[in-house]
Amino acid sequence: MPFSLHFSPTPLITAPSPLSKPFFLVPYYHTLHAPKSPLCSSTEHALTHQGKQEAFDRRPEDSQTLPLGLRRDAMPSHVAVIMDGNRRWARLRDLPVRSGYEAGVESLRKIVEICCKWGIKVEVEFLMSLFERGMQEDTGIFFRENIRISVIGDLTKLPKALQELMVNLEEATKNNTRFQLIVAVSYSGHYDVVQACQRLALKAKCGLIEPSDINVSLMEQELETNCTEFPHPDLLIRTSGEFRISNFMLWQLAYTELFFAQSLWPDFGEAEFLKALLAFQQRQRRYGV
Amino acid sequence: MDGNRRFTKKCKLMEGAGHKIGFSALMSMLKYCYEFGVRYVTVYAFSIENFKRSPEEVQSLMDLMLEKIEEILKEQSIVNRYGVRVIFSGNLKLLSEPVRLAAERAMLATAKNSKAVLSICVAYTSTNEIMHAVQESCEEKWDEITLLNSSGAGYGLISLGGYEQDEMDHLIKLTDIEKHMYMAAAPDPDIIIRTSGETRLSNFLLWQSANCYLYSPSVLWPEIGFRQFLWAILNFQQIHFYLDKQRKQS
Repeated sequence: MPFSLHFSPTPLITAPSPLSKPFFLVPYYHTLHAPKSPLCSSTEHALTHQGKQEAFDRRPEDSQTLPLGLRRDAMPSHVAVIMDGNRRWARLRDLPVRSGYEAGVESLRKIVEICCKWGIKVEVEFLMSLFERGMQEDTGIFFRENIRISVIGDLTKLPKALQELMVNLEEATKNNTRFQLIVAVSYSGHYDVVQACQRLALKAKCGLIEPSDINVSLMEQELETNCTEFPHPDLLIRTSGEFRISNFMLWQLAYTELFFAQSLWPDFGEAEFLKALLAFQQRQRRYGV
Repeated sequence: MDGNRRFTKKCKLMEGAGHKIGFSALMSMLKYCYEFGVRYVTVYAFSIENFKRSPEEVQSLMDLMLEKIEEILKEQSIVNRYGVRVIFSGNLKLLSEPVRLAAERAMLATAKNSKAVLSICVAYTSTNEIMHAVQESCEEKWDEITLLNSSGAGYGLISLGGYEQDEMDHLIKLTDIEKHMYMAAAPDPDIIIRTSGETRLSNFLLWQSANCYLYSPSVLWPEIGFRQFLWAILNFQQIHFYLDKQRKQS
């Protein structure tokens, strides 16, 4: 199951990040036998760096178990999450904003661990200095866990060192096959469509296509989500009770099931994630027909 | 406006009755909107994907649309009472000729109305709208380039992959695409209401919904009333003030 990681389009180096923090990563989905298991107990949010690897190591070798009620045949292939509420979480505790983001990172790692436990292979990283540190810290895990990293969005807004790190990581992990993490940095749905349009216009200018050739398929080839086999999220989860998309993937969310969770992202744990997945499995998807 | 067919089944009505009652619900909602000073209303009447339904159902929806277009053009209709300009947004070439002509007549007849705008999305999907806008933007640039090339002031050859980011940025901008949207005559919505409890956009106003409040009441469309309308507005106002405060704080 892919996840979506999104960083706000505004510069993140010097300013606190704005509200919207979806996350986006794309695993290759493997069909595994998953005997039903009792509902998992409540989550722990504070995973240390060491704890991260331990969490992965705790996975059962031969089979993944699903909580009661979740059907393996109806799991979403691609889940996007807007990880909203980190700053509010910190403010409510009289903590600095950075603590909110750190708690957000841990929450994300916990969700990733849950997804691995349930046969959904995900991993996410987050935010500027935390992002850079996180990407560096987790590099070992990407290789050990056979995770491919892709980056989408306007990278020119990142510091040069981070841009280089991302490009190198993409290159080094491009043959990893277990799952794909796509990190969306300074990404917006509008930006994605505009850059796809610019690419198509350039192709038309070079005589490679006629403007009248432009169709849905050509558009999708130029959207930044062309780096994955599953560009359209089946499920989008947004935390902190905000009922909006906030300029996240717009084209790609055409038929995505939306789930709005009340809790702030650092508090979003296994129970709520299970609720979202169960709700998704109840939905009757008609794809517009 | 989701839930018309489920309403028909739920109330054990004749086929098509749900849509007819749904039309009355629409008229009521429009009245509330105009009385409360809402200037732009957009409704999703028929998706391009709906053409995949059974031919009988598609035909009956087209017949209903034709009937209702004629109705709204009458003297005492809501459109004339509130000075509403009607726009049909979508790939109208996909419609049968009678419906397309009726739509064009309605747009012409109400073109001078200026108190409010009603956009009726018909033969519409957002991805089709975006793709069409991208196509038009490229065609516009293509014409510009052809003109420049023929005057000898062309840009010259650019090898694929070797172009500068600047050059790409100058080719087409966000505003170029936006002006070619079917929905260009209306600003982005503040609220999107989707009835029947389904929480998804279903390819409706994807581009325009970037920062919009999404409200998904569980009532089926024909059951919608003033209560849901008021709830949507109150929630929007609460969120609007909160977001405004957030923006000022940061």
